[in-house]
Amino acid sequence: MQDYDPKLIASLEEKARLLRRLVLKMTHAAKSGHPGGSLSCTDIMTALYFHVLNVDPKRPDWPQRDRFVLSKGHAAPILYAALAEKGFLPVEELTTLRKFGSRLQGHPERGTVPGIEACAGAEGQGLSFGIGMALAARLDKSPTRVYVLLGDGENDVGQTWEAAMAAPHFKLDNLTAIIDRNGLQQEGPTEKIMSLEPLAEKWMAFRWHAIGIDGHDMRQILSALDEAKATKGRPTAIIARTVKGKGVSFMENVVKFHGSAPTDDELKRALAELGEPA
Amino acid sequence: MTGIVWKTESQRDYFGKAVLELGRENPDVVVVGADTTESLKTSLFGKEFPDRLFNIGIAEQNMIGIAAGLASSGKIAIAATYAVFGTAQVYNVIRQSVAYPKLNVKIFCSHAGTSVGPDGATHQMNEDIALMRGLPNMAVMVPCDAPETARTVHAAAYWNGPTYCRFARSNVPTVTSADDSFTIGKASTIRDGSDVALIGCGIMVAMCVEAAKSLDAEGIDARVVNMSTVKPLDFDAIRKAAKDTGAIVTAEEHSVLHGMGSAVAVEVARTRPVPMEFVGMPDHFGESGDAESLLQKYGLTAAKIAEAAMKVVKLRGG
Repeated sequence: MQDYDPKLIASLEEKARLLRRLVLKMTHAAKSGHPGGSLSCTDIMTALYFHVLNVDPKRPDWPQRDRFVLSKGHAAPILYAALAEKGFLPVEELTTLRKFGSRLQGHPERGTVPGIEACAGAEGQGLSFGIGMALAARLDKSPTRVYVLLGDGENDVGQTWEAAMAAPHFKLDNLTAIIDRNGLQQEGPTEKIMSLEPLAEKWMAFRWHAIGIDGHDMRQILSALDEAKATKGRPTAIIARTVKGKGVSFMENVVKFHGSAPTDDELKRALAELGEPA
Repeated sequence: MTGIVWKTESQRDYFGKAVLELGRENPDVVVVGADTTESLKTSLFGKEFPDRLFNIGIAEQNMIGIAAGLASSGKIAIAATYAVFGTAQVYNVIRQSVAYPKLNVKIFCSHAGTSVGPDGATHQMNEDIALMRGLPNMAVMVPCDAPETARTVHAAAYWNGPTYCRFARSNVPTVTSADDSFTIGKASTIRDGSDVALIGCGIMVAMCVEAAKSLDAEGIDARVVNMSTVKPLDFDAIRKAAKDTGAIVTAEEHSVLHGMGSAVAVEVARTRPVPMEFVGMPDHFGESGDAESLLQKYGLTAAKIAEAAMKVVKLRGG
């Protein structure tokens, strides 16, 4: 693994704690939403938005920008939090999540907040969308790289495998899929609902370059994303082992927090755990 | 029954040639197919622009999703397959990845309706107009013949947002003339008349013309309207038909439950109620057989249109 500057790692870890706090505040204010699956991919989202993605809030439609597609649309809170911290929308707007008249729809809608590239909510559609973007970038000879974040439950969806078959066929080395392998879906453990393992082997059998990492270790995340960029001739799938509700002791691996917001008391305790400044 | 001898032509041939011409004119045009590029004749485009044609295999959800991603990056993405696969098979992908974000994905489907014939009910798509017109942001076209099918390609390409266009598998009568134009949202009057309006789309327009001719013998002066856009609907043409004739028959090769006729009926009921009849596929799956026998069995004929016309004229009275 490459030797990353400890200061970079520390600053990304601090940013991730901030984004986690925002996710909790947003879902608390909305009294609904999906904190668990937002917290599991927060470290990945932090690495993408604050180190990897070549995007510019001043030019959200810049054709040569990198593309990020949140396929697991229920993790909208973390996308909004990252976009706000990146400068695509005011941070104060975050607590309008899911409310009447807000741009922050329950699931992301392209065309509302700049920087949202796709509509998502119904699972399993994002990877196909990303393939289209990657093909367009190739046609346009653009350096654009495309990143699609999938929930592990999206591996239940047939369309995900249609796309998994197509991306290596088109040799899309400008496309990276990241699977948030938190092991839980709405009704329980993925291995109980519809077993996915051996998951990395499935992606490899579909001719992806597959990398398994700890999705909360910032160095491993950065290293995998660098490896994806360096991999030629085929797309890369990063299977990131994560913990649903990561960062808040009483939310970790608790199925309930897939789709329920924290109460007043839970928010207070969670923010304290995440180092909310007094 | 009326002795009209039609020239018949292939909508797929005209479609394929039109896509090729569009591709020559606009480098942003790309095409996706689902193991259907030869059948839909988009292979013509692919031969000249191999980099801009993507055959996705028998994976329509992926095909529509990829088209959406291409469109999101500034391409005009034409997706072409058969009507049952291009709509019912992929409805929620069209809904979320195409219609909701209002992307320039242009879906063109052949094998619409019962006239698909021997392949049977699985391939005879009689619910696609309903599915597509129910989606916000989606424009829906049903060209009446091969030359008009070619015109829809250009119109769809430069329409801002998603479109759906459906046409037949077999050769169809050519109704329009070479100098006719097509605009999304505009109906055209094929034949003027003041006693009854026959509003058709797709292959039923030619049958409306035949029915109008047979109604002449009954002393009924029928107008024939080609409602080649089902959405956005040409409300003016509908209101004018209701006002001028006071009796309307719609004819479509699609379920009568929720197709073009239903769309027309809502506007008529809302603005100028007049007696109406609906010729179309009953609420029923099709079956194998030759197209002519099937159209006869399910009442998709000029005779049925004429019969319906006499009924609404009688109801209207006067």
